[in-house]
Amino acid sequence: MGKRIGIEVAIAAAEAAALCRFEVAAVYPITPQSHVAEHLSDIVNDGRVDASFITVEGEHSALSAAIGASGTGARVITATSSQGLLYMSEVMPIASGMRVPIVMIVANRAVSSPINIWNDHSDIMPMRDTGWITFFSENGQEAVDMVIQAYKVAEHRDVMLPVDVMMDGFQLTHMVEPLFMPDQEEVDRFLPPYVPYATLHPDNPVSMGTLAMPDIFAEAQKSKDAALVNSLTVIKEVWKEWEELFGRKYEPVQTYLTEDADVAMVTMGSMGETAEVAVDELRRQGIKAGLIKIKLWRPFPFEDLKKAVKGIRVVAVMDRAVSFGGPGGPVFSEIRSALYDEPARPAVVNFIIGLGGRDIQVVDFVDMMKKAAAGKLAEPYEFYGVRG
Amino acid sequence: MSDKKWPETWQEINPGCMVFRPGSSAEYHTGSWRAKRPLWDKVKCIKCGLCYIYCPEGCITEDADGFFEANLNYCKGCGICAKECWTGAIAMADEEE
Repeated sequence: MGKRIGIEVAIAAAEAAALCRFEVAAVYPITPQSHVAEHLSDIVNDGRVDASFITVEGEHSALSAAIGASGTGARVITATSSQGLLYMSEVMPIASGMRVPIVMIVANRAVSSPINIWNDHSDIMPMRDTGWITFFSENGQEAVDMVIQAYKVAEHRDVMLPVDVMMDGFQLTHMVEPLFMPDQEEVDRFLPPYVPYATLHPDNPVSMGTLAMPDIFAEAQKSKDAALVNSLTVIKEVWKEWEELFGRKYEPVQTYLTEDADVAMVTMGSMGETAEVAVDELRRQGIKAGLIKIKLWRPFPFEDLKKAVKGIRVVAVMDRAVSFGGPGGPVFSEIRSALYDEPARPAVVNFIIGLGGRDIQVVDFVDMMKKAAAGKLAEPYEFYGVRG
Repeated sequence: MSDKKWPETWQEINPGCMVFRPGSSAEYHTGSWRAKRPLWDKVKCIKCGLCYIYCPEGCITEDADGFFEANLNYCKGCGICAKECWTGAIAMADEEE
């Protein structure tokens, strides 16, 4: 069952990768991911895993090196944040297109300009269409668990896709939390050694990342999309197995008091914990509030979401990113589109909150929920708490 | 690991579009988008081989009589051979002609 310890979450996430016995780490440090990078480097330096640490000159190289290493059959870890993730953006579709099972820890942070090192989700949102499986962790425990689960999903023969694990910058990365670190023996039992589909080896030549001309490119993209969509089954299986072994339950869409709810919030990442307290407070005030937490952003769990919103009158989506000049926040437009064909769909409204590390408190969630329930929100989406 | 020559449907695509047959890229017929093709006038040709030397695709070969011809599977119709031929033996003709 592991031991309960107090540990900084960034360090715990790196320790989780060590429990997975990673063989190559190619990482470039960037705030607020740096503690992950530094600790991975320590782990390799101390000889605690049989691994190479590649000191790259930037994130573009970090992911490129990770792809190459994965092509040779190594279990690979990388990590980044914000501008670093954007610098990787050219290489991200290459990783998913080549179907290399890399795991990447993303310490979510706002993107420039203006420069801001604090948390929101504007770094990962432009990456949502790059073909990566994307987990959102809510606290340190989930960050640790998801890193280990990520390898099992990524390396599954029916999936073979890179996975990125989100953890909110500072709010999670720099917090010391009490959490269960699984034992090496438990992780070994859960996660078998990586057996690659093919490896770059001169004895058995293979070409990876090949050219596809117009007459085959669309078929290649369809096959990648199908792999991503179908990975949902494997993700659910892996999470079920995790629950049986460790007793902690993971679902693509996790609900809190939604069965009889009139209004519900949708959150991703660390907001969920504060929102839960807000739901309790609203219930005390006699408002039938509920909470829907998206844990799996790609592939998007459409059916689970539809099930979660059944009977709810108003759904308020909390976005920590802006789709500039678009239909509202990215999570909002996704959810609205997911529910469009439902005969009895709830009203879906959107608050954009917590940008660049702006504090979100219980009172804010309570206030937003009341506004949403009363239909008093600035149309069609509201930047909550913005002055002026 | 399919050894099929060419996937017909998306289901037949190898994961990651991996290719398990070495040397198979020689089978890409990169001349398929050509708009013009070179035509040799054997009366003007002095068999100097400049067209053969300058062809950036390496697709010009010498025949048994010492004249030259282009492998149209790879010739992109760039016209460098015609430009370099100082006797004017090579003309670029439109593909549809």
